Amino acid sequence: MKKTAEKAPHEQFMQISKRAALPGWQSWLIRIAAVLASLVVCAVIIVLFTGDNPFAIYATMIKGAVGTSRRIWSLLQGVAMLLCVSLAVTPAFKMRFWNIGAEGQVLMGGLATASCMILFGSKMPNYLLLPLVIVVSIVAGAIWAVIPAIFKAIWNTNETLFTLMMNYIAIQIVSYFTYIWSVPKGSGKIGVINPSTQAGWLPSIGKYSYLLNILIVAALTIAVYIYLRYSKHGYEIAVVGESENTAKYIGINVRKVIIRTMLLSGALCGVAGLLLVSGTDHTITRDTAGGRGFTAIMVSWLAKFNPLYMILTSLLLVFMQKGAIEISTVFGLNDSFSDIIMGIIIFFIIGSEFFINYTIRFRSRKGVEAK
Amino acid sequence: MNNTPAIELRHITKRFGQIVANKNVSLTVYNHEILSILGENGSGKTTLMNMISGIYHPDEGEILIEGKPASIHSPKDAYRYKIGMIHQHFKLVDVFSATENIVLGITEGKYDLKAATKVIRETCDKYGFEIDLTKKIYQMSVSEKQTVEIVKTLYRGADILILDEPTAVLTPQEIRKLFAVLRRMRDDGKAIIIITHKLNEVLEISDRVSVLRKGEYIGTINTSEANESILTEMMVGQKISLNIERTDPKNVEKRLVLTNVSVNSIDGRAILKNVNFTAYSGEILGIAGISGSGQKELLESIAGLQQLKSGSIIYYNPKTGAEEDLRDKTPLQIKNLGVRLSFVPEDRLGMGLVGSMSIIDNMMLRSYREGKSVFVRRKEPHDLADRIIEDLQVVTPDAQTPVRKLSGGNVQKVLVGREIAASPTVLMVAYPVRGLDINSSYLIYNLLTQQKENGVAVVFVGEDLDVLTELCDRILVISGGRITGIVDGRNTTKEEIGLLMTKAHHASDGQGKEGHHEENS
Repeated sequence: MKKTAEKAPHEQFMQISKRAALPGWQSWLIRIAAVLASLVVCAVIIVLFTGDNPFAIYATMIKGAVGTSRRIWSLLQGVAMLLCVSLAVTPAFKMRFWNIGAEGQVLMGGLATASCMILFGSKMPNYLLLPLVIVVSIVAGAIWAVIPAIFKAIWNTNETLFTLMMNYIAIQIVSYFTYIWSVPKGSGKIGVINPSTQAGWLPSIGKYSYLLNILIVAALTIAVYIYLRYSKHGYEIAVVGESENTAKYIGINVRKVIIRTMLLSGALCGVAGLLLVSGTDHTITRDTAGGRGFTAIMVSWLAKFNPLYMILTSLLLVFMQKGAIEISTVFGLNDSFSDIIMGIIIFFIIGSEFFINYTIRFRSRKGVEAK
Repeated sequence: MNNTPAIELRHITKRFGQIVANKNVSLTVYNHEILSILGENGSGKTTLMNMISGIYHPDEGEILIEGKPASIHSPKDAYRYKIGMIHQHFKLVDVFSATENIVLGITEGKYDLKAATKVIRETCDKYGFEIDLTKKIYQMSVSEKQTVEIVKTLYRGADILILDEPTAVLTPQEIRKLFAVLRRMRDDGKAIIIITHKLNEVLEISDRVSVLRKGEYIGTINTSEANESILTEMMVGQKISLNIERTDPKNVEKRLVLTNVSVNSIDGRAILKNVNFTAYSGEILGIAGISGSGQKELLESIAGLQQLKSGSIIYYNPKTGAEEDLRDKTPLQIKNLGVRLSFVPEDRLGMGLVGSMSIIDNMMLRSYREGKSVFVRRKEPHDLADRIIEDLQVVTPDAQTPVRKLSGGNVQKVLVGREIAASPTVLMVAYPVRGLDINSSYLIYNLLTQQKENGVAVVFVGEDLDVLTELCDRILVISGGRITGIVDGRNTTKEEIGLLMTKAHHASDGQGKEGHHEENS
């Protein structure tokens, strides 16, 4: 209040004010316009820097993402994995708990999966091993997430730093075990685990090796949506996130909600680790999470924490990624160039939110008093 | 005394929307003098001072400085006129040292901390400020922070100093030190304005007193000719009849008994001191006091939101006759004991409601736990929301609208409606008509009276003495965390309550205060 008053009335020729909620179609119109505008800007940059035809580049990107049925499967698999991690961070974010440690939580889930597969792969039948793998990976992810939650709940430590640091610990633990279990010894790589017996591998449905992953994530999406929107827990998460004072006032145990929600968040990260190791790669490296723990933050925010919208936002990001890889090979462009294009597009999408929430009025009259 | 006033305000009027915060206020301040601006909460003291310090701009009237018309559009302008204001909430950067904060924002000249330190040190010595200039703000006590704020304004060359409620957060010793410094600055020729509502301090420190009431200027008198009852009368004014219907209490039973309740703030200051009272069913118990005298903590203690240092809060259950001590219980435990306690807190959107949630979801706050299902039921809350919208004439597009988008009065109707719908046996309301128009206010008064007739023990924290004396059966007056009196609402006068509200704390409990201060330091 004081800030605006300080500037008034000399410089106040432009006034920004919050607008009443726009109807849904109008806000989507603004978003679509933003994407189109970003493509125009990208085209200009493409011509300036590479001299290539921007339309050819866009066409190549589309082909790279959905050009063949194998690519479509790979795209869907990528969406499923990113979406899974995004679903995991969303309950925490709704609670205003900035969990940026999904990367580590996914890795710990994946490491738990891999260790079961390596240690028990030849010692127990698959119908026992699979449930064990599932339980252990979920528990591992949940433990990794609940540690910062407990510290936050009891001593009010900063969860952002805490979860971030836990990532580096997780990465180093994975490095340690990849060395211990490396095949051949000393190579620093585990390689495909149980390649002949396929023990501990998630089964593929028919010939579609990724289908199970995709179905599991689809089910989780709906489950998380319902949990956040219709369950008592989800309601408590929203109240704690919006106003801790109100939560206390109506008798919500805030500590309990923080810990419970982070257990869920971590457990879902554990599932992501499971799907990546047991359902996709059948091995683990320190790059298994592949930065999804961070990209997921963007997916979740862009979708305003709505799991159904997150399908769209994760699709957008993975589509751009796949397309970008294609143009860097076809046009011989540097990898970074695709990052530039992606950055511009996301910048426009995020920027469009400003125009959805605010109106700008220009005024020439001088001496208008700020309240 | 110089004949040209340091500041002269002529016919100042300031409106915020429909509310008139200051109406035709004129007053003068001279160099070599301390002027107190006295008035109740909401009488427009701070708004008036904010216009002098450039935060607001008057709608009508003019400000003269040293006899010349001045146009003050920003705090920077104010500094050009050598005006400095020390706000109630300090505006300091926590991780910076005192010196760094003092020079912050000065763009002229070189950034030379050493030279600045020397000048600051001289200022401190001149007026007798005791302060470690290298200390960081976050390590400082409230009193030290205030000193930094005062030195900051002096460093910027202020000759006219405005202090907004400077003693509100200080201990008696610190107040004494502050007053000594203020006197030295006055003797040096500065013009000093103090905003306050504590009569004893007005009489002790100031040379003249100007009184505001409900935004209007009442008058100025020399402190030497004033006493507490003259000032109180000027402050509260004539009784205005509001015609609030007051029925006689029926079925009066003990409902809530507080015994020796004491509460300390996190930093160890005593906020409630040995509070004793009983709330009865079928009556409205008013709580009067300057804001920040401990009302908030009192209600929160009962609601299970405040840690008690000592004492007990006994609830007498009308159904079972059981006695329950609510001390050290969480709100949920209190609810599970069968205590039907409703609470309309002062901070409506920050505590009573969730601003971004719809009216329906806000209804659910109280009831969402009901039932064994893991899912919430929105049907009953939806019905309740519709009923409240209709009964209390809430102006809203629909029940799905986030409460943040409603006007203040409608927000309050939603909150009060929900709390009453829980059919409480104890209903606590804090400033329920603050910011509401006349019609909504009367609606709330009627609702409270209705609850009283239904046998609810109503506890009403208010600020308008006219309302308190017409609505309440008994009025408890709190001052500095201590109960200074419980009066009969039908036979009391505003002057009596006003005096109790501003009753000096040191006179009655000098000993206790001293001991308590030791703990702090």
